[in-house]
Amino acid sequence: MESPTPSSSSSNRPPLARVLTKTLLRGALPAFAAAIVGGVTYVQGYTLGPFGLSHLVALWLTVAVAVAATFGVVAGLAYVARRWPDPTFFGVVAAVGLSIIALAVAIVGILVYNSQASFRAFGWSFLFGQIWDPNRQIFGVVPFVYGTLITSALALLIALPLALGSAIFITTQAPRWLRRPIGSAIELLAAVPSVIYGFWGLYIVHPYMQLTVEPALQKYLGWTGLFSGTPIGLDLLTAGVILAIMIVPTIAAVSRDTLAAVPAAQKEAALSLGATDWETIHVAMLPYARSGIIGGVILGLGRALGETMAVTMVVGNVDQIPTSLLSHGQTIASLIATELLNNNGPLQISAILECGLVLLLVSLLVNVVARLLVWRVAKVGGGAIE
Amino acid sequence: MKFDRHARRKLLSHSVAVLTGLAVVAVLYPLVSIVYEAAVRGGGVLFQNGFLTSVPPNGCTVVSCSTVGIGPAIVGSFIMVGLASLLAVPVGVMAGIFASEYRTRGFGRAVSFTADVLSGVPSIIMGAFIYGYFVLYDPSSTYSGFTGSLALAAIMIPIVVRTTEEALRTVPNAMREAAIALGISKWKMTLRIVLVAALPGVATGVLLAVMRTAGDAAPLIFTALGSNLYPHDLFHQPMPALPLLIFNFALSNESNWREVAWGATLFLLLVILITNIISRMVIHRLSEKMTGNA
Repeated sequence: MESPTPSSSSSNRPPLARVLTKTLLRGALPAFAAAIVGGVTYVQGYTLGPFGLSHLVALWLTVAVAVAATFGVVAGLAYVARRWPDPTFFGVVAAVGLSIIALAVAIVGILVYNSQASFRAFGWSFLFGQIWDPNRQIFGVVPFVYGTLITSALALLIALPLALGSAIFITTQAPRWLRRPIGSAIELLAAVPSVIYGFWGLYIVHPYMQLTVEPALQKYLGWTGLFSGTPIGLDLLTAGVILAIMIVPTIAAVSRDTLAAVPAAQKEAALSLGATDWETIHVAMLPYARSGIIGGVILGLGRALGETMAVTMVVGNVDQIPTSLLSHGQTIASLIATELLNNNGPLQISAILECGLVLLLVSLLVNVVARLLVWRVAKVGGGAIE
Repeated sequence: MKFDRHARRKLLSHSVAVLTGLAVVAVLYPLVSIVYEAAVRGGGVLFQNGFLTSVPPNGCTVVSCSTVGIGPAIVGSFIMVGLASLLAVPVGVMAGIFASEYRTRGFGRAVSFTADVLSGVPSIIMGAFIYGYFVLYDPSSTYSGFTGSLALAAIMIPIVVRTTEEALRTVPNAMREAAIALGISKWKMTLRIVLVAALPGVATGVLLAVMRTAGDAAPLIFTALGSNLYPHDLFHQPMPALPLLIFNFALSNESNWREVAWGATLFLLLVILITNIISRMVIHRLSEKMTGNA
C-alpha cells in the first residue's frame, strides 16, 4: 500500500486523495443526475416565460455547481471526521458550548444597543430619575427599582423562615417515609406557572389581603407608617406575598440539600454531648450549612427580582415611587410586561429596554454570587477524564 | 432548678419541631388552594364538549359561537414549545457534553458557569432580547410564532445544558476508565457509554425544562403576541398560546371569558403537574436502581 502519510500511526486508513475521489465520485454522480433533472424541469417550466434560454443555462450551471460543492464540503467533513474523530467531536461540542457564551454576550449586547436612544437622552441621570412620564417623554428607573427591591425584600422576609423551617422539618423531624413526598410536593410549587399564581392571587389572595390582612396590619402595626393609605389589595404587599410563595421551593431545595450534606459525625458529636434535637440543629447543622443556605436565599432573590406575570397581575401597575407597602407599584419586570407593547414612541421603548438592561445586570450579579456560594459546598461528581 | 432547665430545653426542642411542621403546612397550602380553586372554577367548563377544540369567546365576534374553548391556544403552545425544543435540545445537550466531559480544558468550566448564570436570567429579559432583535430592528419580521419559539428556546437552552451536565456527572468515572482501557475512542465513549447511561436523567431533565417553558407567558407577550384564531402561518402572524390566553382573559370584565381562563388554568395545571409527578417518579426509580447496583 502506497501511503502518502507514513508518519501517521493509522496506516490502515486510506490516503486523503483516494478517499476524496471516491466520496466525490460516489456523491457527485447522483448530485449531477439530480442537477440535470432539476435543470430540465426549470427549462420546461420557463421556456414560455419571460426568461431567455441563456439565463436558464446559467441557472442550471449554478445549481449544478452548488450541489457539487455541497457534496465536496460534506465529503471533506466526512473525511476529517473519519480521519480525526476525537478532535472533530471536540470541535463540534466546543463550538456549540462556546455559542452559549456567545448567547450571553448577545443578550447584553442587544439590550445595550437598543437602549442607546434613552442613554443619549438622559445619560447616567436615568439611573437616578424619579419620574416616569410617557406624556412628557421623561423617563427614570427609580420608581421601578423601589418596586422591585421592596417586593423582593418582602418575599425574602416571608419566604426564608418558611423555607428554612420546611427544610429542617424534612431533614430532621419528619418520619422517613414522609420526607420524599413532602420534598416533592414543595418542588411541585416551583412547577406551577407564574401566570397561574397571578390569576390565583388576583381572585383568592387579593380579596383576602384587602378585607382581612391589610386592615389588621393597619390596626396593629399602623404606627410604623409602613401601612398607610387605603387597603386596596393590589399593592406591593400582595405582590411580595405571592413572590414569597414562588421562591420558597428554591430556598427550601438548596437548604435541604446542604442540611442533608452535614456529616453524620457532626450531628452525633452534638447528640452525644446531650444536646436536644433543636440544639443539634442550631449548634451543629446550621453553621455547617450556612453558606449553602445563603446561596439558596440569593438564588431565591434572583428569581424574585425577575418574576413577571404573577407580579404584573397583582402589583397595581402605577409608575410612581410607592409611599407605603399598601400603595400600587410597578417592578422593572412588570413595567416591561405592561408597557413595551403599549408604548408612547421609540424613546419609551428604548427607556424600557434600558430598565431591562438594569434588571439583567442586577440578576446576573446576584446569580454569579449565588453560584459561587453554592459551588463551594457542591459535591464533586464524575466527569471529565483526559 | 436543674429539672426546670432540662424541661425548658426539651420544650424548646419540641416547639421547634411543631413550628417547622407548621411551616411545611403553610408552604403547601397555596398548592392545595390553587389546585382546588382551579378545579372548582374551571372544572365545569373544561369538561364541556368541544372546550379543547373551540375558539375563545373573542374569536366569535362575527358569528356568536355555541361553544367556546381554548383550541387555538393549545395548538399554538404545542407548535411553539415543539419548535423551541427542536432548537434547544440538540444545542443544550451538546453544550452539556462539552461542559461535563471537557471540564478540565478550561472553557468547559466557563460554559458550565455561563449556563448556570443564564438560567437565572428572568424570562421576560429573554423575551425583550428577542423583541429587541427581531421585532424592532428587522423590518421583515413581525410578531410571530417563530419569534415566540426563539424566545422559548433561549430560556430552554441553559436549563438543558445544566440538566445534561448534571446527569452526565452522575455517571461514575469507573465506566469512563473501563471504556478507555478497552481502547475505545473518546467520542464513542462519550456518546455510546456515558450519554446512554445518563440518558434517562437527561430525558427527564429535558422534559421538566420543556414543561417549564410551556407555562411561561412573559417571553411571549411581545414576541408571539397571542391571537384568537387557529394559527396557519409560523412567520408572519401572531400566534396564540395557553399562558397568554390565561393572562389576557384573567383581567377581563366578562365573566364567561374569565371562566374560559379558569378552564385553561385547570388544563395547563393538570398537564404540568402530571408530567412533573411522573418524571420525578422515573428519576427516583432510576437513582434507586443506580445506587442499588453500586
